[in-house]
Amino acid sequence: MSFFQKFKEGLSKTRDFITAQINRMAAGFGVFDDDMLDELEMTLVQADCGVTASMEAIDAVREYIRSTGDTSREGVLQTLAETLRAMMVEKHLDPKPGELTIFLMVGVNGTGKTTTSAKMAQRAKNNGLRVIMAAADTFRAAAVEQLKTWGERTQTAVIAHQTGSDPAAVVFDAIKSAQARNADILIIDTAGRLHTKKNLMEELAKIRRVIGREAPDAVLETLLVIDATTGQNAITQARAFHESTPLTGLVITKLDGSAKGGVAVAVARETGLPICLAGFGEQVDDLQDFDADLFVKALLPES
Amino acid sequence: MAIFENLSSRLTKIVDGMRGKSRVTDKDITDMMREIRLALLEADVNYEVVRDLSKDIREKARGADVMQSLTPGQQIVKIVHETIIQILGEQEKLIVSPTGFTVIMLYGLQGTGKTTTAAKLANFLKKEGKTPMLVSVDVHRPAAQEQLKILADQVGVECYIDPDEKSAAKIAKDGQARARYMMCDTLIVDTAGRMTVDEDLMAELKKVNDVIKPDEKLLIVDAMIGQEAVSIAQSFEEEIGVTGFIMTKVDGDARGGAALSIRRMTGKPIKMLGTGEKIEDLEVFHPDRLASRILGMGDVLTLIEKASQAIDEEQARKTMESLRANRFTMQNMLDQLEQVRNMGSMKDMLAMMPGVGKQLGNLDVDETALDRTRAIIQSMTVRERNNPKLLNASRRRRVAGGSGVTVQEVNRVVRQYDDMVKMMKQFGMLGGGKKRKRRSKRGMPFGGFGF
Repeated sequence: MSFFQKFKEGLSKTRDFITAQINRMAAGFGVFDDDMLDELEMTLVQADCGVTASMEAIDAVREYIRSTGDTSREGVLQTLAETLRAMMVEKHLDPKPGELTIFLMVGVNGTGKTTTSAKMAQRAKNNGLRVIMAAADTFRAAAVEQLKTWGERTQTAVIAHQTGSDPAAVVFDAIKSAQARNADILIIDTAGRLHTKKNLMEELAKIRRVIGREAPDAVLETLLVIDATTGQNAITQARAFHESTPLTGLVITKLDGSAKGGVAVAVARETGLPICLAGFGEQVDDLQDFDADLFVKALLPES
Repeated sequence: MAIFENLSSRLTKIVDGMRGKSRVTDKDITDMMREIRLALLEADVNYEVVRDLSKDIREKARGADVMQSLTPGQQIVKIVHETIIQILGEQEKLIVSPTGFTVIMLYGLQGTGKTTTAAKLANFLKKEGKTPMLVSVDVHRPAAQEQLKILADQVGVECYIDPDEKSAAKIAKDGQARARYMMCDTLIVDTAGRMTVDEDLMAELKKVNDVIKPDEKLLIVDAMIGQEAVSIAQSFEEEIGVTGFIMTKVDGDARGGAALSIRRMTGKPIKMLGTGEKIEDLEVFHPDRLASRILGMGDVLTLIEKASQAIDEEQARKTMESLRANRFTMQNMLDQLEQVRNMGSMKDMLAMMPGVGKQLGNLDVDETALDRTRAIIQSMTVRERNNPKLLNASRRRRVAGGSGVTVQEVNRVVRQYDDMVKMMKQFGMLGGGKKRKRRSKRGMPFGGFGF
């Protein structure tokens, strides 16, 4: 399946929703007048693009219509696509063999950190890289077992302590082990934490300090995993996590399950953080490098 | 966060813009309605619900005396708040089967907290004197069943799992038989998370549903969910049926607009709220609190209410009079202190402030600081209270001895008093003049007490 197919299929629910709304509007209004633009704005809001991003996008469309007089569906959609595209930054994770890259996976509870970690391990393995996973979620019951099961399925070594132990200690051991085994990639699966819990955020900062001290030369990617069904709280999450552990990128998961994939736009627009990966399903190869052009193309109807 | 500016302050801005106009026009109401819509959308309330709601609110606003009111912003907030409470409805109790054996099935999307909630629910029922048993029919997520088992051990309730069995329906059936055998009166079934799109999983859930015939089918909803909430709830309702829902992760700062959307669109009641990571963190829900949260204004209304109840009109009038007479004495400061004290504990008060409540957490509010300040002032003579300049070193030593504090603390209170006088002078509260009078009517300077 081609890259674009993945995006298209994954975002089909959101696109179908937006298309249906636009078709309904087109039937009702005919041309893109002010009322219709208001409706279009609300459609974006309904797709979880967020109020600010939606207003900005529609302002751009309005400006386009004002300056060109073009109220055609193609012109409007084209402008909309360009504006939304400009709100997003993409970044491809490209670990090099022979140097240690550490992926620190963080996020609130239940966004799919463990599953994403496993998928990333599989991807890296497929590319011939040596991978180690660290079960730094020592809080949730059976989280360690969950990652271990994934470790067996993907044939990846998992460094784990007992549930309830210090996650920073797990990370320490994992780094030592990665260095000893000359691993290319270390994926650290951390416990889900609500960004409002100060002590848990401090725990994350501690993990980060351990990494900085023990593996100063490693490439560190701190990735925030966001569930696509999340609403506007995703923005607050990204900001709060970024504050306590500087993030280098975002991973948007469960895009296929949601008819409202627009949250990717909202978070990108509000935080300026690049999106690295997009998860479209439960299969290992459903985790794809994020591509903003394809994303927008897959999000909006084909004119 | 600045982007989630709360509704009151937004409306206040509009109202401020209207100042000088003799009455609120239809257009002002329209502007306010727009702000309300945005606030609700930012709280992830479903768009259709927002549209319905704003129609309702507009109707009510027209009918009410918003136009004549001196504080139209507050008036509208009140209407919005009340409307939301009305929709959220009252808390409904969990269903108990008349047969003496109740089956509760939990389901929902992946990662909403079903397993944790199942354990919390077992703990809750156990405390109510029930004998619940947990069963996990999650045959998909690795270690999901083990997770439930560990939690069940923590709670101290029976748990049935069968990690090697591939059929969820079979585990459900065996679990039910086991629960009856163990003389349990409630069976809580934790199911695999699903994405709604997955027809296989939905079919599996249906099978489980047919086997155990639950009395209570609870949809678990994450407080952070966005616009998708309603369609998820509706598809579960269509396929399996829903008797109510539990909202989880309410301890975060998500506004939880989904509760309002689901309630309005499906008519299903909210049964419980998950409010933390610990087993005990499952609470009954209060419509008014949730409404305030959705509007992003803490319990600010309760706070206003408390304040207006506690402040003794007569006392306030006296203070105002002495302020106007260009005098603010230690006695006035004491009166104000007493009034603040009457409103309840400082921590409770702070917790009700929007944006403060969550951060408060373990923070220790020094309740005694207020009491000490009060004791210090009470140890002064009436002359000293009316003319604090009299307080020389020797008098301060006496006051310190009388109130059981150090001289430094007496100095601190005197300094606070000086600061307050200075502040009031700056705001033009002291001294006569019509303009100033109006201003001072609006608020008592609660600040400056060092809390």
